[in-house]
Amino acid sequence: MTELAAQSSDEVPTPLPASPHAPPPALRLEGLTRHYGERTALGDVSLTLAAGQTLVVLGSNGAGKTTLLRLLATLLRPHAGVLRVLGSDLPDAAWAVRGRIGLLGHEPLLYRELTPRENLRFHARLHGVHEERVEELLDAVGLAARAREPLRTLSRGLTQRVAIARAVLHDPELLLLDEPRANLDPAGIELVEDLIGPGGTAEADLTRRIRTRVLCSHDPAADLPQADLVLGLRAGRQALLARPSELDADAIAELYR
Amino acid sequence: MPAKSLRTLSIATVAVMALALALVFFYAPLEAEQGFLQKIFYVHVPLAIVALCGFVVGGLFAIQYLRTRDPRWDLRSYVTIHMSLIFAVGTLISGSIWAKGSWGHWWVWSEPTLVSFLIVFLLYATYQPLRFAIEDPERQARYAAVFAITAGAFVPMNFIAVRLSTAYLHPRVLGSTSNLPPQMALTFLVSLVAIALLFATLCSYELLAKRTRWQLRALRRRLADEYPLSAPRRGRSAAPAHYEVSA
Amino acid sequence: MSARPVPLRRTTAGSSAAPAESAPAGTTPAESTPGTSAPDPLRARAAPSLVRTVAALLRKELLVELRTLESVPGMSLFAVTVFVVFHFALNKNAVNGDEAAGILWVTLLLAAVLGINRLFVADAEEGGFDGFLLAPVDRSALLLAKALALLIYLVVLELVAVPAFALLLLEPSLGPALPGLPVVLLLGDLGVAAIGTLVAALAVRTRARDLLGPLLALPLLVPIVIGAARASAPLLTLGHTHGPPLRWLATLAVYDLIFGLIAYAVFDFLLED
Repeated sequence: MTELAAQSSDEVPTPLPASPHAPPPALRLEGLTRHYGERTALGDVSLTLAAGQTLVVLGSNGAGKTTLLRLLATLLRPHAGVLRVLGSDLPDAAWAVRGRIGLLGHEPLLYRELTPRENLRFHARLHGVHEERVEELLDAVGLAARAREPLRTLSRGLTQRVAIARAVLHDPELLLLDEPRANLDPAGIELVEDLIGPGGTAEADLTRRIRTRVLCSHDPAADLPQADLVLGLRAGRQALLARPSELDADAIAELYR
Repeated sequence: MPAKSLRTLSIATVAVMALALALVFFYAPLEAEQGFLQKIFYVHVPLAIVALCGFVVGGLFAIQYLRTRDPRWDLRSYVTIHMSLIFAVGTLISGSIWAKGSWGHWWVWSEPTLVSFLIVFLLYATYQPLRFAIEDPERQARYAAVFAITAGAFVPMNFIAVRLSTAYLHPRVLGSTSNLPPQMALTFLVSLVAIALLFATLCSYELLAKRTRWQLRALRRRLADEYPLSAPRRGRSAAPAHYEVSA
Repeated sequence: MSARPVPLRRTTAGSSAAPAESAPAGTTPAESTPGTSAPDPLRARAAPSLVRTVAALLRKELLVELRTLESVPGMSLFAVTVFVVFHFALNKNAVNGDEAAGILWVTLLLAAVLGINRLFVADAEEGGFDGFLLAPVDRSALLLAKALALLIYLVVLELVAVPAFALLLLEPSLGPALPGLPVVLLLGDLGVAAIGTLVAALAVRTRARDLLGPLLALPLLVPIVIGAARASAPLLTLGHTHGPPLRWLATLAVYDLIFGLIAYAVFDFLLED
């Protein structure tokens, strides 16, 4: 296992051009650990991710991907190690980063009895976001026509689109995505590609901001091209950490053994 | 608690209990109305006081747990509440015997201590089922702490509320603890100390037993990591299990 | 896609539209690098206030309840049914005084327990907790909003149950009881709302939530029953002349206050993970 951990976090370069004031890394993990009773859900994970980069996390089910995402989202407290997100140490300064993070997990985090519009408006109010943005996003995910129907009447794919809209509603600096394309049909995938992408496209308001992203994936082929850094987890432990160019198929297959 | 001071505590407890028994049977005068049966007062009221304090202390330990997240505080809270529940049952039983002896019924609603304890018992009887119903040990400890704090604050308020509700119905039938003649007062005090020491000793023993079990499990786990045999999984209990938390 | 950039945040007048519109296309990527510590003009007034948050949560809560109608109608129907059961169980056509107060409050309490059981279920099952926990808001807002919702449900319940009680079982007429009875009901409801919300949050993420909820709530609610029943009994007695005894109203108020504070203090610990 140790031979796969090719890179230490210090050797990963920041992609931004050299400037007198290099911005602090968006993510800094050192020995991050979280237990679940006697089991180690996530053990001793260390990495640094510069702002605007994309981290792709690979691993089989139960490897700790969801735990990692929830730790980054401030939903879980670390049990050991250092966790610094967007410049703030968690869990002490969690209040400073909430609202700058968007999470798309396995659950859509939406109320089935409410319509997409009502759900998004609710989240908009919680984040202090203008209601007009709700309409923009409903348009962007192609749900303006069905925005008045209760969510329970929509298919899983459409619900996923609403969930994505919810995750990016407040234009987060850090986007945490757990298999975002799950349940989406090809039309849906195309619609959301921009919304969950790295951002920085000047024309679209919705993706103007460059985002740091952490993407949990079961589909390395589709997601590795977008990665700046790849983390492989196995049974909660850090099995590999490398740039995509340094990976080979064997290393990845090893993770899923 | 190291073994030596535990032994000292145990010896002290036995000594004071023996003294208390001696005082109760040979020193304290017989009460005019109720006769010999009244002596159960020296068991019933100290049990009640110690149990009440135990519940409140359990709540205080729970506050400490929430502040420090150290699982040892959670263990102390659990043991204290557990023991207080047992003492509360003792209070109910001794009070019931007393009621039967002097009033003819196994239960009287006019004795506020007894009634308060019934309510408190019903509340704390849910503590272990609550713990048992939560699988994640860290969340179990946290929720149990919230319960312990809420219930600990409830205990004195409940006492007052029940007192208020019975005060204007009947006068206290089983006697109060004020205006005791000096001999009775002394016996009462010694009994109180004896029961309090008993509580502390039993809690210390249980804490020691549980902490030893933690260490045993940690060792077993380390052994299982090195020699991966399937370790026998015991059934779950409501008691807190040790889990790794950064100090 | 709209042609004009829409200001992201609902901000106070003057600071909202300017930053978004002044950024010319093409240079924005460099200026919006995330992770910097420089203040972001778009987020100048990011976090909504406590009142706004409670309002948003309460609105969502009531909207869901209106759509599903799963709490209030059930509670009301249950109360009326229990009155009928009491008639048969006690074999009485009319009750008075202590008996009346007792039957009323036991019924209200049991109906309230039904509402308490349902209070957080939608959130626990539909991942609503996470959605709220990710927002930059004070977490006590959830306690306040849910307690207010429960209070509203209880008031609606009483608007149905108390007249039903007067119709079916109460011997004296309700008129003379009126100025005092709503005060007692309100004080009782405040206590039930505070304790009920706390217990509901405690029980919802356990395995036996339908059982643990009532078992935890009822002993904690006994002092409220004591205060409320004692306070209502004189009002529901034939030929009474005075209002509810102040002593019991004071007891209720003190209990409500203390438990409200306790609930406020410990609630956050139930939400985090």
